[in-house]
Amino acid sequence: MHAAAPAPQGPPPYQVVGKHAVMPETRHDEAARFNYLANMNQFLSAEFLPRVKRAYDKRALPRFQAEHGRAPVHRREVRELMSEEPAYQAWSAMRRATMEQRQQAGRSVVLRQLDHLNAVAKAVADDPGLKLDPNFQPPRYLTGVDHHCMPGGYLGELAPDDVSAPANYDVGIFATTGGALGRYSDGGGAAIAAWLKREHPDFKPKRILDLGCGLGHNTLPLAQAFPDAEVIALDAAAPMLRYGHARARSLGVTNVRFVQGSAEAVNEPDASFDLIVTCMFLHETSYTAIKRVFFETRRLLAPDGISLHIEQPQYQNMDVYEQFIRDWDAYNNNEPFWTTMHEMDLTELATDAGFDRTKIFETGVRAVVDAALFPQAAAAQKQEDYGRSAAWYVFGARV
Amino acid sequence: MSDTIALANAKAKGKRPWFFDDREAERVFNVALALMQELSVARERIDTLERVLESKGLLSRAEIESFAPNEAQASARSQMHKELIGRCLRVLQQELEALEEAPGSAATPEELRQI
Repeated sequence: MHAAAPAPQGPPPYQVVGKHAVMPETRHDEAARFNYLANMNQFLSAEFLPRVKRAYDKRALPRFQAEHGRAPVHRREVRELMSEEPAYQAWSAMRRATMEQRQQAGRSVVLRQLDHLNAVAKAVADDPGLKLDPNFQPPRYLTGVDHHCMPGGYLGELAPDDVSAPANYDVGIFATTGGALGRYSDGGGAAIAAWLKREHPDFKPKRILDLGCGLGHNTLPLAQAFPDAEVIALDAAAPMLRYGHARARSLGVTNVRFVQGSAEAVNEPDASFDLIVTCMFLHETSYTAIKRVFFETRRLLAPDGISLHIEQPQYQNMDVYEQFIRDWDAYNNNEPFWTTMHEMDLTELATDAGFDRTKIFETGVRAVVDAALFPQAAAAQKQEDYGRSAAWYVFGARV
Repeated sequence: MSDTIALANAKAKGKRPWFFDDREAERVFNVALALMQELSVARERIDTLERVLESKGLLSRAEIESFAPNEAQASARSQMHKELIGRCLRVLQQELEALEEAPGSAATPEELRQI
């Protein structure tokens, strides 16, 4: 312990999480549970993960080198090696358990008040701002597994007009990210809006499309940044849209229409959008779907339009140990497309879809949050919670 | 209500990974992690109680920190600790008690079926 080291700051208390009409109410102990989980996640990423790396450097790597006369050249070799390493086993078991506990904590909050939440969302559902398609067939990549251990996935419904999945997502995302996404868990969308205002101050999109919007966490900052724009928030899951619509209205955002549909075949005319974004969405799709999404993006963009995809960094040119750690969610957190997506050459994908190679760009953004409430997140946290932290890779193209 | 408890605990579709060499050890570890969470929650509630009571002038947290039990209070507390220890370590106690059982002193299910 160095006396000079400043005391590490913990996550903000759950009480700062933003409220709105469909946000589940939390009692004292329910909030305390999220506080515990936020701190546990921070412990796992900031305190324990560096110990796992140390165990790799000091114990596992020398063992591998002694046996093979070289360092691992592929993350598969690192994974095989580390699967025997007690520090990694413990970290993984704790990370998985914490994920499951977070789901349990969120669901127990939601289920006791589900009738009320469903009624609140239903009361505003008869509105042009919400367009559901009862005949919509969800894609297999959304029904095959429950993404990131969320029982029932995005589509699960426990009752008619159900909003349990998004309510659980919304009430507990604070715990998963340690509050790093801000008061309304919208740091990603806010980061895109800030980036656009900074890099393209004259860009004034008239129509904006958010593909795979979920409950609209990251859609609203864009709608608020461009209040004169018409924003379409598209998703496959009716529960997410019902909740997202009620949440947006409660927060006073009226220029977003929540539409059920496929990001692979959007029911909109060619060249009808100036800005198309996806936020942590592509990794939830599939090999075939991502190609179609890129084709649709190109088809739908108007001249001078911009597309932006927010994800974790691609694996190309990344150290094999970091690839292995970042790949944890693919194997252990129900993210089946995670690995393939992060190995794909997005530039090739975009070029195949008709984008001009010279107008493709890559950059990075960090969550934009309220610095008064989230001083730690605002000060660009030093710890990297691989695959979870509020710092993203941006892949984009201009038409 | 029990349905709600089970529903909150529901498994996510997809294969669950296990990490320890010993599945039993990992099961117990998962129970311990859940208890760790619940202990943390209970402590946060105690902390809230103390702070609210202090803000209303009903107790002083300094008084709690410097509280010294008298003999009877100390004895009651000692009893409380012993009971908790006994309850939690019951399985170890019973395992040792089994060593003291004379061979054949307990009836086998076979024997009981024939009575």
